Amino acid sequence: MVGPGQVMVSDVVAESVAVHGFWTRSRKSGLVYLIVGLFAAVVFGLATKAGETATFTLSTKPGGAGLDLPARAFAIGFGLVCALTGAALLAGYFRRHFGATTAVAIVSFVLSFLCWQVAGNDLPLVGLAQQTLFLAVPLILGSLAGVLGERSGVINVAIEGQLLTGAFCGALFGSIAASAWVGLVAAAIGGGLIGAILAVLAIRYLVDQVVLGVVLNVFAMGVTGYLYDRFMQPNTQAYNNPPTFPAIHIPLLADIPVIGPVLFQNTIITYLAIVLVVVVSLALTKTRWGLRTRAVGEHPTAADTLGIRVRLVRYRNVIMGGLIAGIGGAALTVGSVGQFGKDMSNGRGFIALAALIFGRWSPTGALLGALLFGFADALQSNLSSLNSVVPSQFLTMLPYIATILAVAGLVGKVRAPAADGKPYVKS
Amino acid sequence: MSSDEERPGGGPADPDGGAPGTGTETATAPAKRSGPRAAVPGDAKRTRTGIVIDALTTANTFTVTVLAIVLALAVGAVVIALSDQAVLDSMKYFFARPGDTFAAAGHAIGTAYAALFTGSIVDPETLNEAWWGMTSWSSVLSPISETLTYAAPLIGTGLAVALAFRAGMFNIGAQGQAMMGAIGAGLVGFMVPWPPVIGVIAALLGGLVGGGLWGLLAGWLKAKFGAHEVITTIMLNYIAAPSFVTWLVTQHGVQQPGRNDPISKAVEPNAQLPHLFGSGLRANLAIILVVGAALVVSWLLRRSTLGFEFRAVGSNPNAARTAGISLNRTYLLVMLFAGVLAGLGGASIVLGNTPNAITPSVVGSIGFDGITVALLGRGRPVGTVLAGLLFGALQAGAGQMQVTSQVPIEVSTIIQSLIVIFVAAPALVRAIFRLRAQRVGALGQNLAKGWNG
Amino acid sequence: MEPGEIHALLGENGAGKSTLMNVLYGLLTPDEGEILVDDVPQRFGSPRDAIGAGIGMVHQHFMLVPVFTVAENVMLGAEHTTGIGWLNRRKARRDVAEVSERYGLRVDPDALVEDLPVGIQQRVEIIKALVREVDLLILDEPTAVLTPQEIDDLLDVMRSLKDAGKSIVFITHKLKEVKAIADRITVIRRGQVVGAAQPDASEDELAALMVGRSVKLTVDKLPASPGDPVLDVAGLAVVDDRGQRVVDDIDLEVRHGEILGVAGVEGNGQTELIEAIMGLRPAIGGTVRLNGRAIHDTLGHQYGTTSDILARGVGYVPADRGHDGLVADFSVAENLVLDTYRRPPYGKGLSLRPTAIRESARERIDEFDVRTSSYTTAVGTLSGGNQQKVVVAREMSRPLELLIAAQPTRGVDVGSTEFIHGRIVAERDRGTGVLLVSSELDEILALADRIAVMYRGKVLAVVGPDTPRERIGLLMAGVTGESAAEETDE
Repeated sequence: MVGPGQVMVSDVVAESVAVHGFWTRSRKSGLVYLIVGLFAAVVFGLATKAGETATFTLSTKPGGAGLDLPARAFAIGFGLVCALTGAALLAGYFRRHFGATTAVAIVSFVLSFLCWQVAGNDLPLVGLAQQTLFLAVPLILGSLAGVLGERSGVINVAIEGQLLTGAFCGALFGSIAASAWVGLVAAAIGGGLIGAILAVLAIRYLVDQVVLGVVLNVFAMGVTGYLYDRFMQPNTQAYNNPPTFPAIHIPLLADIPVIGPVLFQNTIITYLAIVLVVVVSLALTKTRWGLRTRAVGEHPTAADTLGIRVRLVRYRNVIMGGLIAGIGGAALTVGSVGQFGKDMSNGRGFIALAALIFGRWSPTGALLGALLFGFADALQSNLSSLNSVVPSQFLTMLPYIATILAVAGLVGKVRAPAADGKPYVKS
Repeated sequence: MSSDEERPGGGPADPDGGAPGTGTETATAPAKRSGPRAAVPGDAKRTRTGIVIDALTTANTFTVTVLAIVLALAVGAVVIALSDQAVLDSMKYFFARPGDTFAAAGHAIGTAYAALFTGSIVDPETLNEAWWGMTSWSSVLSPISETLTYAAPLIGTGLAVALAFRAGMFNIGAQGQAMMGAIGAGLVGFMVPWPPVIGVIAALLGGLVGGGLWGLLAGWLKAKFGAHEVITTIMLNYIAAPSFVTWLVTQHGVQQPGRNDPISKAVEPNAQLPHLFGSGLRANLAIILVVGAALVVSWLLRRSTLGFEFRAVGSNPNAARTAGISLNRTYLLVMLFAGVLAGLGGASIVLGNTPNAITPSVVGSIGFDGITVALLGRGRPVGTVLAGLLFGALQAGAGQMQVTSQVPIEVSTIIQSLIVIFVAAPALVRAIFRLRAQRVGALGQNLAKGWNG
Repeated sequence: MEPGEIHALLGENGAGKSTLMNVLYGLLTPDEGEILVDDVPQRFGSPRDAIGAGIGMVHQHFMLVPVFTVAENVMLGAEHTTGIGWLNRRKARRDVAEVSERYGLRVDPDALVEDLPVGIQQRVEIIKALVREVDLLILDEPTAVLTPQEIDDLLDVMRSLKDAGKSIVFITHKLKEVKAIADRITVIRRGQVVGAAQPDASEDELAALMVGRSVKLTVDKLPASPGDPVLDVAGLAVVDDRGQRVVDDIDLEVRHGEILGVAGVEGNGQTELIEAIMGLRPAIGGTVRLNGRAIHDTLGHQYGTTSDILARGVGYVPADRGHDGLVADFSVAENLVLDTYRRPPYGKGLSLRPTAIRESARERIDEFDVRTSSYTTAVGTLSGGNQQKVVVAREMSRPLELLIAAQPTRGVDVGSTEFIHGRIVAERDRGTGVLLVSSELDEILALADRIAVMYRGKVLAVVGPDTPRERIGLLMAGVTGESAAEETDE
């Protein structure tokens, strides 16, 4: 039974497809990519001496097999690819594949840059990839913690504190029990504890969540720093000397060239991080828990009217997030060097937050963001060994600049869950 | 669209955090204004003391603040006791002689908090010695001087956060703004061989400009692109330090000659802030400057048209916009001013404290501490000054505590964060002390807008 | 309640209808008393209990997650899962299809709710309840946001539900709908049942029960003596926040000394029209002129900010005072200068003049009879009527060329309403042009000298004040009829 009214309604909707004018978001981004790509082609191309080759080593051994590319041609070529994707967006193509197009633009820009930097030198690609993943693990877990909380409507700025507490508990209890596994569990509990404090104060006591996150970071810094000075420092042997996880070679897969050493020779925490991303990602879209989590994060009152316990969902998610971030902290101690150092999370929690936002609050997006930022970090240390003219400090800025561009709407649209940060109070 | 659900019908969102009307705003403002409100109107029979007692036992702003400090110190005491070796040793035979444990705990807490006091306010022994002429009076002033030295930059960044709070913005970027302020002041301070007086002024201006521009950048991103200031300022913090500053101070012409670590040249003596109590004590002009800044901010918020706009935007941006107030202009100006204030905090360190040079860690964590200062000060200029003095005293005293009773300096960080947690969660304090409920404005609650707001 | 019965709950805004139903639905807990379902006392701690007892509710503000599909919204809270724990989307889709088939509620299960028009969203709400196999359906003011055509469709749906043996509680304050469909009527006033009636009772009887005393809305006013045009809107087009063209080629003219009423169901572009005139929203086409000087020109330029427009002698009473009109935790005095604080005598250069602000506040409070303990009181603590008086006092206490008043008496008590109406007429008599926007037809009829009817972003007709109610009602529903010649009449 469709009355004339309905027909008219749908007509109105069809008629008025967004009147944004010519400068849509994808056109604006296209223009940016075009300019940046041309810049890369000209500047990186000209800065590269003609005739030099850039060697990208594919083997784990120095001087092993690799790709020898004529640096200048490729610097210009990749720059042009970036410019072309920009031009395509500007011309109105690929609007439906905006994410992929953006990825192509970014990757080709980076490659153009690398050709210039590596010209006359060699860059161990496998080593770079290994480092990228290694450095990304705490970021992946941290931003995953953020995903869990924020998709259910609780902002988590305390990731930094959760990582730090996790790292500390991992080192301390790992040392006492002389077991990396105990360290891992303790780290998760430590992070979960900060998550629980966050949950109670935000959900029960309605404290502003950003304020709370900032203060909890200070609190975690204080407590771990205090205990470090009091116990760990005077007695490193007993309290700050945990065993570390060995790299697990997955049979057969680990022997695949290039991919094997990067993906299948890692510690348990790295595997755990990847598995968790997959699990959370599937669970969010495909399970009852996921549907309810998203409902609570978008429209808690609607969820409440359907009998969903809003606060309970939030408690559970924030505390689970804490556990996961705690594991991310363990990656810094029992997952790598072992020893804890004061304030060793060193801003990683905020990069994780950046990855979360850059990845638009989705687990896979957060994974990609974390990998991107891990890559920037890895590249930075590699380039400084190549005596690059680009100061390594500018590469460390990349994650932050990328995030600012993302929230400024220059790289696609960013929309947080609608109820993110709003405490739920029954009226 | 997002914030209207939070405020049905325009009820009073926050009776204490709001506008003081055209009335006065003084140091005791929270207590004064809550007092009459606690009393039931029309209940004329109540005695004056009755009203006072009522005001104190009802969880008003003033009471909650005091109790929050008490609670935090109590938790700090437990932490100190539980990490004391003598206490831990006596706990091994706790059930045999529990008194030992309590005695040891009492001793540990007593010495620690005594040191906290003597390190930040006054040491009675030194006072006694000075009285009898055995030591100079300046050593009596030493703890106070330390407190003021620590407090000054905190007040600067605290004001930067507080001002933004009042305009409905959460400036987490005081850290980066202070860093840029330190850089601006440092660069101006050592690049030119300044004459006296002018040097100080020029270097300070350099600091204000550095911080102001960094703040303005966040304001511009918000005004132009709608980028949430919490996210952009966090990112700008990390761009400023360690990335940018580390690069800067390792550049030729900036780096201190003969050094390999990241440290700049020292600021010209003529551009350094003069000491207040003679050269033996660290306290310098910075504290006067930040108190002056607090007075300016206070005037700005209460008595100026700009401040009226800031507060209107902070309380109800929709109504402000409808009344013809430009939101974008407010975002730009507020973040500019906030940056200038944080820049003052950063500059005061480089120009006031040895080694008077820019390093990646020169501003410490004053930006993040500034957030706690502003929260404790409830976004009010005078409150911020008092909170800054308190936290300055905590930090100064913690140094003394570490020397005399080996309590790690981080205890001040713990106490500081706990105070703010308790202040931000008045319901928690109320529950602990079983106070009667009153709608206490927890600062930040009307800020809870989420990323989209 | 009997099975298969439509029971109307009639009452004014704020009479306690919604509260009662929220208690019934378990969203609020009752302070005393009990609820009987099938003669068994029930205590609903949460909506889950109510759903379990067979009660479903369609809220006034839809409880739908905008970024979810229809099927996801329907299954939320009662999800079926497959063997390995995945959501069973296929079943959810089938459920939606089945229910919409059975009751004639056509809707696409895979559409995103945020893309659907209001009427369809309401269907989703009804489907949500029906899938849960409720016996009793509560509809809270379901017609408030609908067009007349959509209302007819809804009434059809309600009839088919009734035929299927479902009971319906129909909450409303619109008498006609009640008479059209209800089997039984209960009238509520100030939280109390004040009477029961049969659908054959006359509208006057029902209205008298509902309001308590008969209120006749008339305003004493002399005929208007209009002068030159003050506001001239031509071909104006405006888009809303979602980019929909909600004001579409509108021509309007307001002259000095007359009240132009804009009638129309809410959400037909009135808000956006006003916001464009006030410079709060860009125009994408057309022009707006104030006393002959442009605010928006054909090239899409806007001349001056909102602040400049206000300074050119425009007074603006926004529709939603809590949202747009007042700063709740500012004092009464501060709110009274919210858009004049910069100008003498209240502000001079950078500084405010507290004495002048105080003096003026005292005068305004007296003149407009604002009931407040003092001018330092936070405006949010005042009653709705007094809050509105503060807005009106602010906007009408300076020399005006044009007054824009949107829903000026919404949620305002009878006494204040009369007062505000009187002031608006007085303003007109002073020679000010008045643009009055109201969704209350009675208010328009009582005040306006000419009436423009808005529907779907267009002005369908401009008619005189003596036009029969019914004709305006039809226009509000988008029916222009054949008497198009009358349109330019006065």
